[in-house]
Amino acid sequence: MNLTTHYMGFELKNPIVPSASPLTRNIDNIRRMEDAGAAAITMHSLFEEQIEFEAEQFEHFFGYGTESFAEALTYFPKLNEFGVGPDHYLEMVRKAKEAVDLPVIASLNGISDGGWIDYATKIQQAGADALEINLYFLPTDQNTTSGEVEQIYLDVLANVKRHVTIPVAMKLGPYFTSLPRMAHALDGAGADALVLFNRFYQPDLDIEELAVMPHLVLSSSEELRLPLRWIAILYSHVRCSLALTTGVHRAEDAIKAVMAGADIANTTSALLQYGIGHITTLLNGMVRWMDEHEYDSVDMMKGSLSQRNVAEPAAFERANYMKTLQSYRGLR
Amino acid sequence: MANRPIVTIDGNEAAAYIAHKTNEVIAIYPITPSSAMGEWADQWTSELKPNIWNTVPLVMEMQSEGGAAGAVHGALQTGSLTTTFTASQGLLLMIPNMYKIAGELTSTVFHVAARSLAAQGLSIFGDHSDVMGVRQTGWAMLCSNSVQEIMDFALLAQAATLEARIPFIHFFDGFRTSHEVAKIEQLTDDDIRAMIDDELVMAHRGRGLTPERPVMRGTAQNPDVYFQGRETVNPFYLKVPGIVQAAMDKFAALTGRQYHLFDYVGAPDAERVMVIMGSAAETAQHTAEFLASQGEKVGVLKIRLVRPWSSEHFIAALPPTVKVLATMDRTKEPGAAGEPLYQDVITALMESGKAQIRVIGGRYGLSSKEWTPAMVKAVFDEMTKPAPKNHFTVGIIDDVTFTSLEVDPSFTIESPKVVRALFYGLGADGTVGANKNSIKIIGEDTPNFAQGYFVYDSKKSGATTVSHLRFGPTEIRQPYLIESANFIAIHQSVFLERFDVLAKAAPGAICLLNTYYSKEEVWDKLPRVYQQQLISKGMKLYVIDAYAVADKTGMGGRINTIMQTCFFAISGVLPRDEAIAAIKESIYKTYGKRGEKVVQANYQAVDDTLANLFEVPVPSQATSALELPPPVPAAAPDFVQKVTAEIIAGRGDLLPVSAMPVDGTFPVGTAQWEKRNLALEIPIWDPDVCIQCGKCALVCPHATIRIKVYPQEELAGAPESFQSMPYKGKEFPNWLYSIQVAPEDCTGCAACVHVCPAKNKREPRFKAINMEPQPPIRQREVENYDFFLGIPDIDRRTVNIKLVKTNQMLQPLFEYSGACSGCGETPYIKLVTQLFGDRTIVANATGCSSIYGGNLPTTPYTKDASGRGPAWSNSLFEDNAEFGLGMRLTLDKRLEFARELLQAHAERIGPELVDALLQADQSDESGIYEQRLRVAELRQRLATIQSNGESRALTHLADIADVLVAKSVWIFGGDGWAYDIGYGGLDHVLSTGRNVNVLVLDTEVYSNTGGQMSKSTPRAAVAKFAAGGKRMAKKDLAMMAMNYGSIYVARIAMGANDAQAVRAIIEAENYDGPSLIIAYSHCIAHGINMTTANDQQKLAVDSGYWPLMRFDPRLTAQGKNPLQLDSKAPKIPLQDYIYNETRYTMLLKSDPQAAAMLLAEAQADVNNRWRMYEQLATLDYSHAAGH
Repeated sequence: MNLTTHYMGFELKNPIVPSASPLTRNIDNIRRMEDAGAAAITMHSLFEEQIEFEAEQFEHFFGYGTESFAEALTYFPKLNEFGVGPDHYLEMVRKAKEAVDLPVIASLNGISDGGWIDYATKIQQAGADALEINLYFLPTDQNTTSGEVEQIYLDVLANVKRHVTIPVAMKLGPYFTSLPRMAHALDGAGADALVLFNRFYQPDLDIEELAVMPHLVLSSSEELRLPLRWIAILYSHVRCSLALTTGVHRAEDAIKAVMAGADIANTTSALLQYGIGHITTLLNGMVRWMDEHEYDSVDMMKGSLSQRNVAEPAAFERANYMKTLQSYRGLR
Repeated sequence: MANRPIVTIDGNEAAAYIAHKTNEVIAIYPITPSSAMGEWADQWTSELKPNIWNTVPLVMEMQSEGGAAGAVHGALQTGSLTTTFTASQGLLLMIPNMYKIAGELTSTVFHVAARSLAAQGLSIFGDHSDVMGVRQTGWAMLCSNSVQEIMDFALLAQAATLEARIPFIHFFDGFRTSHEVAKIEQLTDDDIRAMIDDELVMAHRGRGLTPERPVMRGTAQNPDVYFQGRETVNPFYLKVPGIVQAAMDKFAALTGRQYHLFDYVGAPDAERVMVIMGSAAETAQHTAEFLASQGEKVGVLKIRLVRPWSSEHFIAALPPTVKVLATMDRTKEPGAAGEPLYQDVITALMESGKAQIRVIGGRYGLSSKEWTPAMVKAVFDEMTKPAPKNHFTVGIIDDVTFTSLEVDPSFTIESPKVVRALFYGLGADGTVGANKNSIKIIGEDTPNFAQGYFVYDSKKSGATTVSHLRFGPTEIRQPYLIESANFIAIHQSVFLERFDVLAKAAPGAICLLNTYYSKEEVWDKLPRVYQQQLISKGMKLYVIDAYAVADKTGMGGRINTIMQTCFFAISGVLPRDEAIAAIKESIYKTYGKRGEKVVQANYQAVDDTLANLFEVPVPSQATSALELPPPVPAAAPDFVQKVTAEIIAGRGDLLPVSAMPVDGTFPVGTAQWEKRNLALEIPIWDPDVCIQCGKCALVCPHATIRIKVYPQEELAGAPESFQSMPYKGKEFPNWLYSIQVAPEDCTGCAACVHVCPAKNKREPRFKAINMEPQPPIRQREVENYDFFLGIPDIDRRTVNIKLVKTNQMLQPLFEYSGACSGCGETPYIKLVTQLFGDRTIVANATGCSSIYGGNLPTTPYTKDASGRGPAWSNSLFEDNAEFGLGMRLTLDKRLEFARELLQAHAERIGPELVDALLQADQSDESGIYEQRLRVAELRQRLATIQSNGESRALTHLADIADVLVAKSVWIFGGDGWAYDIGYGGLDHVLSTGRNVNVLVLDTEVYSNTGGQMSKSTPRAAVAKFAAGGKRMAKKDLAMMAMNYGSIYVARIAMGANDAQAVRAIIEAENYDGPSLIIAYSHCIAHGINMTTANDQQKLAVDSGYWPLMRFDPRLTAQGKNPLQLDSKAPKIPLQDYIYNETRYTMLLKSDPQAAAMLLAEAQADVNNRWRMYEQLATLDYSHAAGH
């Protein structure tokens, strides 16, 4: 059985790649991912905003109350070795590279032009094999146009590509007016892969405390269908690689991802839920299914159920919804 | 000549540098102003910096100075090169060991930042009381006068002690020299190696105890031989002066700096010579040289080696022409024939046949009192008189015993080549940090010499800082404050209202003012006194709205970089471009590790400053009608007007001796007169939303949110804006309820707003109490608060003290303290005073609570309308439990005496009254009230009986009758006291069974001295002396106390469960035996947001780190388990609590692996302890019923 796939120029031994999550904060976990059969590692994200926030916090709290009272001119020891900034993350990238014999894809979430460039450069220097850009821009200003939002994505990609030589993937959310147009533009701007889709935290409301609450829910297989559709639509229309993320919990989900046209299937929630060993379960399940259904290779499956290759391309379009509706009525 | 680095450092760092280079073991304990020496040593060890033998010294924090001395003694006895650092009472705690160390002829150097001793009051500032208090211990004493000398003499002392075998105290003036930042030449390892003889080091080691060559030391000796043994050491002492001088000579050959045991400076033919030591010798030298240049025959003899005193060298150093000597002692020995130096000099002259030289002795500079050229001149002038004063004082006005000399304040010898700059700032605005940085820039980047000295006020929140900076082309030897400045920066416009900030402006000086008024508006906003001075002194005025620039450039409230840039831009100390480049380089050095954004924000602030800095033309006429307000209102009592107000106004130095209480006794209730107006925003109540829970008042650290409940008629005459609402409780039907802020006392911490649980239903961003800008509503709220205070306080008998919503109606008798904004300790103290303040005596350990409780000029402890309130005292750091026990013993004995007298004279007094007095139930407010009435009746009857000429015994009964009303003894202190230095005493006091209430304000570090580790510091937290994270778990003080079985013990956290905290405090107080309450006290040393700090208390409890509990021995007798757990099993991981605090997160950044390991261990601590508590709380005590 040949599970080999190609992603951003890397030949991967299979299409299962853990996506960015807190799991990779621990080098032992990364080793366990390799042992479980992962084809590559996507590191957790380096958040520029968090780094800036931490720096500001430390600056504030180290200085707070100092040089004010004669007996206590400071409140903390002076620490010369003090890693506020990306150093810890970069060290993790280095250690990950040392720890495993797999491509290591770093993930970056920036907030400023300088930050994107600076951190991307440092990530490359730290030895990452590729970089995933985790960009989430939530337009709340009513004067911001969709074109301006799209341009932000393109500018970030262009900036980063100008300063690094490693492959760069763009991880996107689904909220674009015209996703194909956006994908095409990013493809044209040099993206080496599109990762579809980023899941965003949606805040909840606490009606007892009259407050907004952060709310994190792990994905489920049900959520697979949104990226599945768009991978299927984009397959063969973009030059770059495609990664499906969100909703890959079972071997069938991974198979669907590949059949829709994804080069790799990212998984996180399932690993958080069932443990890192679930990678092996996914792979075994894929092999079993492929064996049962007489597929020799991933390549043979890839894109087979994409919009281009299915018998009913329109099923991926709006008619799909209409048809579903009609069939629903028919059942009544 | 070696190429030595030039460094700009303070005295403490200079001493620590040599100590760390020349020792193997360092035992430390924090005490101001020496703490920084230990901190440096600990830091260098944690950074693996080696000594000259290329091994990293071992640094160990001890539980007290006594402990440090013991550890030092032990390490010395086993042959280690060992040192410690201390000051003041800390040095006195070392005395017993010092006798031993000297008696055993042991080589060591203790570095002492000399500080006043606590007598009529504590002082953290500098004089020689402490070192003179140990001059009899047999130690050599070497005195440094400047930062350079500290580095030099620290090495000389180390070299000499090894050769002499006599231990050395190396001392220098606390604060004035320990904290002065100066540009000096740093000795190299080669220099140090050249001075330290390895043969002597090995000889020292060879004298150490070892089982390989067993000997014994420390025998008990008897009358037959002790005396002779004591005399064996004489030859060693005789050799010391020669050894020190030889070391000085060797050092001179090495460095070019020649010192002598006594250094004479001034006119070679001087007739009047001042004998003096310490930083004051610098001022004396500077002045004498000036006077000599004017033809006066004066000189100064600077003493270096104080002990062993060498009369031979002293006499030899005097000019032969001398006729009069003035000995200047920076200490006082009441009742002595004279101060130590005076007596030494008299003896030396007498023994040398020079008795014809007249000697006058004087005292100066106690507690860092200024010692200026004018004072030096006053002494020299006195020496010209035919009958000069002896035993005089200088620097104060003594109008009681008339010891003081007249001083001409206009005498000054400041060089025109020296730039003298004064900066008035707030602690929070970063002024001092920026100035230290400017000194480094000028000191290290230019050929100029620089000097910086910083004066802080006594408050922890909103403290005023005054930076005194001098820059000049030659070495600056002026260890006194600037009296005539040619640059004055006012970093906060609020100072314009407080004191005359231009009083020290020299003619032609530049004034820089940070103000939100534009350059066009500002002139008209200046009080007249400033306009007049700007005109009459020909000054230039520059203004900038630094807060606007800070806000625009992302600096938040930090204006330090902006004001620093202004200083360089207009002072002309450096070319502007050069200065700005240097500032930016320094910003990068300082903030580079903190992230690019911080650096860029600072750069931007520098760049934007110049465009917003304007010169304001000074008109020729003063036009303002604005006058400076008086320091306290006219309604303040006489003592406050005459004394407190003068201290507040910065004129305390001018108060005469007669103004001061003779025994350190001060009135309470004075903080109310010091209106500091610190808060930019203050909380304002919204009755429409309020649910009357009282939490806002409970958590307020400064008692500036007040609640009153009152009949409607009390509202008559209320200001229009005064707010009230119907009271919701049933106990006061138809009464009104008001919450009112003290607008000028609030520090703006907003803890009240954060804790308020009531939200506006339409706009939940608003609560029942909301912050609003203070200036526009200040006057309105002042009037409201005045009216509020006039409403009678509630009758205590009618209040349910167990509920927060009702006990917060009680008047706090602890108000407006100078504690940090958002302090986590003060709400507990305030609550105690609300519940029992009218009958409380407080013993307060030295630390934060004694400073915000008792640091002049004002005290937050106050009294109620009947004149009752907490009586308070601070003894020491180490003895507070015993001190409080002593108070209890007085009460117990006095009560016993009173009861004896009542019983003995029952017939005459009236058996019914006596019986009622003896049997009174005083367990609640009504009981206390009734007993007070009985005591009043007793007094009345006694007065009648007395008038009939009855017995002396009844006179005593009348005198002590107050003791028949129950008194509450409280022992307050921090964890440094309770867990460390005072633990032995605390343990003993708790074991006595006496009725004392111990409140441990547990901040988990030595907060008052800047966050050093205590045994309360939790595992995984970073603290000073635990830079790599504390490796051991926090001591479970509660568990240790519970072991007795007879002590009431509680662990509380007001922010987690206020009802439990109230309950525990009430139970502790009414338990007729010892009680121990351990109170979680958040602190700025935790590195947290003080506004939301109560959330951390909740997380501490939820994580199981701080299990709430009460252990009530009374339950045992009822057959119940005395241990009650008041919080549930851990429900969040420890990291969800601790990683909100900088003290923990900084380890994540500095050493992530250690952080991970310690987190795991700390989590295990929590889990294990919870299991243990849980099991203990479920033990069956039914067998104990009735026992």
